[in-house]
Amino acid sequence: MQYTLLIILLPLLSFIVLGLMDSKLKPKVAGAIGVSVLGIITLLSYISAFEYFYLHKIEGVYEKLVPLHIEWIRFNEFLHIDLGILLDPISIMMLVVITTVSLMVNIYSLEYMKGEKGFQRYYAFLSLFTFSMLGLVVATNIFQMYIFWELVGVSSYLLIGFYYTKPSAVAASKKAFIVTRFADLGFLIGILFLSFYTKTFDFNILNSGDASIFASTAGVSFMGISVMSWTMGLIFIGGAGKSAMFPLHIWLPDAMEGPTPVSALIHAATMVVAGVFLVARLFPVYHTYAPDVLHVIAYIGAFTSLFAAVIACVQTDIKRVLAFSTISQIGFMMVGLGVSGIGGHEGHEGLGYMASMFHLFTHAMFKALLFLGAGSVIHAVHSNEMNHMGGLRKYMPITNITFLIACLAIAGIFPFSGFFSKDEILAATFQFSPYLGATMSFIAGLTAFYMFRLYFNIFWGKEHKHEHTPHESPFTMAFPLVFLAAVTVVAGFLPFGKLVTADRSEYIIHLDPIVATVSIIIAVLSITLAALMYMKEKETPKQLATTFSGIFKMASNRFYIDEVYIFITKKIIFNLVSTPIAWFDRNVIDATINNIGVVTQWTSHKTKRFQSGQVQQYAYVFLVGTLIIAAIMLFV
Amino acid sequence: MNFLSLFVLIPALMMIGLFVSKNRKQILFIMTFGASLQLIFTSVVTYMYLAERAAGNMAEMLFTADTVWYAPFNIHYSVGIDGVSVVMLLLSAIIIFAGIFASWKIEPLTKEFFIWYNLLSLGVFGFFICLDLFTMFLYYEIALVPMFLLIGIWGSGKKEFVAMKLILMLMACSALLLMCILGIYYQSGASSMNILEIAKHGIPLQAQYYLFPLTFLAFAIKGAMFPFHTWLPDGHASAPTAVSMFQAGVLMKLGGYGCFRIALYLMPQAAHEFAWIFIILSVISVIYGAFAAVAQKDLKYINAYSSVSHCGLVTFALLMFNQTAMTGAILQMLSHGLMAALIFALIGMIYGRTHTRLINEMSGLMKVLPFLGVSYVIGGLASLGLPGLSGFISEMTIFVGAFQEADTFYRVLTIIACSTIVITAVYILRMVGKILFGAIQDEHHKHLEDATWYERISVVTLIAAIFAVGSAPFWISAMIGESVMPVITQLAK
Repeated sequence: MQYTLLIILLPLLSFIVLGLMDSKLKPKVAGAIGVSVLGIITLLSYISAFEYFYLHKIEGVYEKLVPLHIEWIRFNEFLHIDLGILLDPISIMMLVVITTVSLMVNIYSLEYMKGEKGFQRYYAFLSLFTFSMLGLVVATNIFQMYIFWELVGVSSYLLIGFYYTKPSAVAASKKAFIVTRFADLGFLIGILFLSFYTKTFDFNILNSGDASIFASTAGVSFMGISVMSWTMGLIFIGGAGKSAMFPLHIWLPDAMEGPTPVSALIHAATMVVAGVFLVARLFPVYHTYAPDVLHVIAYIGAFTSLFAAVIACVQTDIKRVLAFSTISQIGFMMVGLGVSGIGGHEGHEGLGYMASMFHLFTHAMFKALLFLGAGSVIHAVHSNEMNHMGGLRKYMPITNITFLIACLAIAGIFPFSGFFSKDEILAATFQFSPYLGATMSFIAGLTAFYMFRLYFNIFWGKEHKHEHTPHESPFTMAFPLVFLAAVTVVAGFLPFGKLVTADRSEYIIHLDPIVATVSIIIAVLSITLAALMYMKEKETPKQLATTFSGIFKMASNRFYIDEVYIFITKKIIFNLVSTPIAWFDRNVIDATINNIGVVTQWTSHKTKRFQSGQVQQYAYVFLVGTLIIAAIMLFV
Repeated sequence: MNFLSLFVLIPALMMIGLFVSKNRKQILFIMTFGASLQLIFTSVVTYMYLAERAAGNMAEMLFTADTVWYAPFNIHYSVGIDGVSVVMLLLSAIIIFAGIFASWKIEPLTKEFFIWYNLLSLGVFGFFICLDLFTMFLYYEIALVPMFLLIGIWGSGKKEFVAMKLILMLMACSALLLMCILGIYYQSGASSMNILEIAKHGIPLQAQYYLFPLTFLAFAIKGAMFPFHTWLPDGHASAPTAVSMFQAGVLMKLGGYGCFRIALYLMPQAAHEFAWIFIILSVISVIYGAFAAVAQKDLKYINAYSSVSHCGLVTFALLMFNQTAMTGAILQMLSHGLMAALIFALIGMIYGRTHTRLINEMSGLMKVLPFLGVSYVIGGLASLGLPGLSGFISEMTIFVGAFQEADTFYRVLTIIACSTIVITAVYILRMVGKILFGAIQDEHHKHLEDATWYERISVVTLIAAIFAVGSAPFWISAMIGESVMPVITQLAK
């Protein structure tokens, strides 16, 4: 499957062309290059998915293919960074997800970004991002992953800060980069530990199940925790940063400062699930050598999910609601992985892994759809605020229907895709621990509530006065909505258990009828509640806000975690560390050096009087000196 | 005399040419022609070196030649290169080439400026090709004295004070160095000052104990190690653009190169004893420099402290005593040289337009200066270690190498040093965000002209080199990796 190389290289090529030509190209040409390259690679990745899933199954297990592999830099006899392509079910699935969403975003942006200054630059950055993200998912080794991990980070930085004359966008991009960079430090140190003990970066060797690779970690521990737990925990920090797990989630809501299609691509469907992908990629290692970390991941995922869902209930900026909803849904995926085992077709051990990957897939589609829909609304009313919307269903029928489909999917209503994937995560969680399962079911209810709060506030409720009547988006923007909505409707029926599983062999899914029924009932109840509260304008939401003013205020302010970030960066790093160090450097160290010069000068200034050139003075000093010496010799 | 002497000869001929040149056009022609020739010649030598190695010549130094220079003191003029010198020569040739285009419009005394500039380049090329301690020292001094004039005459701000301060601090370490070189020579009992021969003889342990720390310190001061780094920020702030580029890009590397070639190679036993002191100082440099950079207001100061931080990694990695880390150290010298030169070139160009270097007085420059702005972002990203650019390769090689030492002391310090990747991101993004992004506040900045053709040549050369090293590091890292082995073998004895 050599041609998969093209999938990676074409976006790079398009980035180079668009980046170098920049404003010399007409915007239309730039857009055409972006869309056609994405079109080709989307087609190629569909072909590779078909070929892979049909042809590369040996004795019921999907092969791991490495069609390309070059040594990029050698560190020593064991360690070398390779660049290559690793194809297995999860990387093939990610190829499909990334190219599909990216293609839709590229088409959508033709209209959405029309007339923006820097249109060509925007497409160049989109290509760079697509290239980096694809390189990340096909990485054959953890260092290649880290390389592309950093590249997606920087593409995200560039795209969030696309409107670089807007101070809030610049601040948001900086925050996103620094917070994820901080997390990447953990990732890097984790990689260094892992490679030190295992003498390899290669995923295939790490995941081969060969215990001899990890032999040198046996019995090594630090502060009572085994070294493998430390290592895998550190690596997870990297994943938590990119995937916006508490408390590293703070960059994601601010990242909404970027253009909306970018939020759909990077901050909903692809880059933010990189952390989930990382854990899935190293799942055999986590499962065998650091099961405790895996449980921690489950609890962090559950907490983050709950936390973000609560905040999403009170936000009024529609993109921020979606951002918190993304954080919450990624929490679901993390829980799915955290509670999972490997294989086991009897006891359902591998259910969580499969469900998590399934949810990653379906979520990417419907969340991208939600963001693009939100973009369509913003395009029509020129505001992000819920209060400026309402009653839009009359003006924007396509956006209304597709948005509704996505909302039903995320709420988990049969037969939309979110129902299947979320339900399997819930089933897996219930097997792991009923308490955790109940919590996740509660969060699923919250999800249905806040999504329909959003939906009713935008498309129903009281009509807001607009300067000019909102209108439905043109075809280039409507087509991606319809396409993604179609995927959302049918994706649930994909035989995912046959394709993407922890041990790469087939997995038969039995829907747990009790869990499924209960979760549908919860979802319907929550939607009804949202409908009662927001479908027509009522006083109830305001009354609730005043009744629970404490928690309402805290949730509106996102539980003040952002203040902690400001406190650490501004107060501690800048005022308490950097400024004193800079002062110390100038006024202590440098001053010492300068004062050596000053003292030397002063001394010479004082002693130069002895060299006055006056013979009388020399004679006088000479005489006095002789007398003193004579006196000493006489009396001592 | 063999062809390596051309490295010294070309700048010398250029100086003569400049001396007789009559007008600005001729001066610039001589400079561009000579520097291009030098660059081509360096590439040819690199190719010859690689070809010779590929042909199986495993001698420690290639293309060696030896001539007696002053018999009574056994001073020879002996030259020879290995992979490390090749990398340093390439770096110097690129930066000198780029520096000329960055000072295209230098005024006044254009001719004199370039004569001194050439003398500097003569010094560094000579230093990198020589194997004889005395001639190395001679070239080292040649590469120092012109700095006094270049800063004192063509500088800005408190230039006389700074020129004096810089020269006195560096002269003090030269004095130290001279003493050490004589000590090394007499204690080894070798019959010449050739370092290969001294290495064979070895130096008695007693003598190593005082010679190693002093030699290492003398070179480390040149590499701006805490707490002897303060000549650097002032020096950069006052130096003209090309000199800042040269100083950060090449002169600081003399320090790292000297530590590697002289201190570690000749006195390996003492190196083991004293390494911990210098490792601690290096890690302090790395973190301290980065934090100090966060709070600076002047662009040149930010990058000067960033240099302290990046060069701290060089000595840190050298002292890990393993092949990977040492390769990383040399790569870091190369990478930092290119990045720092790029950023100083850009600061000079921006300063030439805005007449300020204070970050609070600039904003939104990206809009009026897209070429310089994008280049600045690339330089910044290289500095914070973006994959594909040179900084990533060198930092990762260092960290992987340093992690091979399982001792807790090394572990803790390596992890502390790693954390610089976060702090670097903080100061780079702060700087870039303040000066390039946002809305233009100063009315005068709305009508600035973007880069001229000669500025573009300078910037593009450096960016191309950064990309080349960052995206195809395998050959360069293999070349260095094989050349650090003699030092590793010495240290393992």
